[in-house]
Amino acid sequence: MKVLVGIKRVVDYNVRIKVRSDGSGVETDGVKMSVNPFDEIALEEALRMREAGHASEVIVVSVGGDECQQQLRTGLAMGADRAIQVRPEGEVQPLTVARILLAIAQREQPGLVLLGKQAIDDDCNQTGQMLAALWDRPQATFASRLELAGEAARVTREVDAGLETIEVDLPAVVTVDLRLNEPRFVKLPDIMKAKRKPLEVIEFGDLEIAPDPSMAVSHHAPPPPRARGIMVEDTAQLVAELKNRGLL
Amino acid sequence: MAKILIITEHDGRNLNAGMAKCVSCASAIGGTIDLLLLGEDLAGIAAQAASLEGVDRVISVEAGHLAAPLAANHAPEVVALAPDYSHILGPSTTYGKDLMPRVAALLGVNQVSDIMAVEGERHFKRPIYAGNAIVDVHVPEDSRVVGTVRTASWPSAAGGGGAAVESRPAGVAPATHTRYVGLEAGSSERPDLQTAGIVVSGGRGVGSAENFRLVYELADQLGAGVGASRAAVDAGYVANDMQVGQTGKIIAPDLYIAVGISGAIQHVTGIKDAGTIVAINKDPDAPIFEIADVGLAGDLFTVLPELKQLLS
Repeated sequence: MKVLVGIKRVVDYNVRIKVRSDGSGVETDGVKMSVNPFDEIALEEALRMREAGHASEVIVVSVGGDECQQQLRTGLAMGADRAIQVRPEGEVQPLTVARILLAIAQREQPGLVLLGKQAIDDDCNQTGQMLAALWDRPQATFASRLELAGEAARVTREVDAGLETIEVDLPAVVTVDLRLNEPRFVKLPDIMKAKRKPLEVIEFGDLEIAPDPSMAVSHHAPPPPRARGIMVEDTAQLVAELKNRGLL
Repeated sequence: MAKILIITEHDGRNLNAGMAKCVSCASAIGGTIDLLLLGEDLAGIAAQAASLEGVDRVISVEAGHLAAPLAANHAPEVVALAPDYSHILGPSTTYGKDLMPRVAALLGVNQVSDIMAVEGERHFKRPIYAGNAIVDVHVPEDSRVVGTVRTASWPSAAGGGGAAVESRPAGVAPATHTRYVGLEAGSSERPDLQTAGIVVSGGRGVGSAENFRLVYELADQLGAGVGASRAAVDAGYVANDMQVGQTGKIIAPDLYIAVGISGAIQHVTGIKDAGTIVAINKDPDAPIFEIADVGLAGDLFTVLPELKQLLS
């Protein structure tokens, strides 16, 4: 069984985000870029499946300009067998990314598509569900445990009410949550080896995907700041302050 | 005029408290507001939904296979009703986040995730980068609006309404490729984290699952819900459903008390809309104090017992 893993290039999660003063976007010049952390967890899970003998090949795919080859190389260094870059014309939104992933899934016929539950840049949390819908296949979002059982997978999902378990027939789309696993660190020799692994570039135009109505983003602003607070000296003062404010 | 359909979350007994907030968001868009209920034995929940001020109609679709909240079964039912509506909204809960993009894709549109403000019928504000930036998004004129509502950004619609309830049969056959196995619910007799007026949360500073007793005791004294930072959940002190933050629950209580929480950006994202934030942390330089309204630099193992005494 092949496993397809989606990877997005995003601003590193340790970077403190700055909104450009003209409202045109978020500062990305000279900012460290990384693999979306949830996608890293998805890839780790795929690699463990291969190591356990459940998967035969792990393919990483990314939609983006040539700079995203860096993140695909990271995926290869982690252990993916090959990489696919789909080069879009301009900016793409989740529905188009889902259509691209569908085209790749139809070509590669994976038994499982693993994605991060959301990207930490746009926080959309849409692509996996959209791919499942377009593919007419099951989805299991927010996975914190994933077990393969023959032609199906049993997935534990982190939902608001607790831990929900569902069973999905393969092929399926699973989006992963934080506690599924801890991704491995990449070792230097693996980075060297990754340079020789295949990375295929596909032009978006060659996939013949019809355009979708896309949303316009007109303005970026920093969040409204909270008013500056006060420090109290001890517990008694804290209680007095809260009583004063009518909160206790 | 907008014709709005809101997908209603419930647990089989009660309406999710976020629905009253979704109705407020829909009222801000303006137009007619219908609530769609999917499940089994919905009469009681339908009555709750019908009482929300601003709701014009409750549509109840009952079928055995809709009892479990599976997107594979719920999405096609929503899509079947979609032609009658210009806007389809759901809550930004795990249920809504799972379901709504599946609906959006079947309708061929992108989704507006986490609507925090309405600027026009097709113009919304939403947070990106864990709330570190707010963007204005515009849905094209000829396209249907599908969105999730960031419930913490909205007040609850009042009760006292009396919308009509209409029953309809399920329109789509069950999906056979997805099977519901079960839910292991976080057992809690305490107020629900997402609706409690007061929430007390513990972080890594609490140190252990046993020590979390101090957090529970304070919460019980205040009639508060209990939350936790990601660090506390990852360390195994408490269950995952108590996590507050970017990847956990986004909450907006009147009073939030953070105990032993450093204030990582991903946690702060989840509490930005709280009325008053109190931080208790022994490190006076902890970032949590930058956003706290009232801060106390002190050891929680001293402060919490003192609080217990002062409040009793």
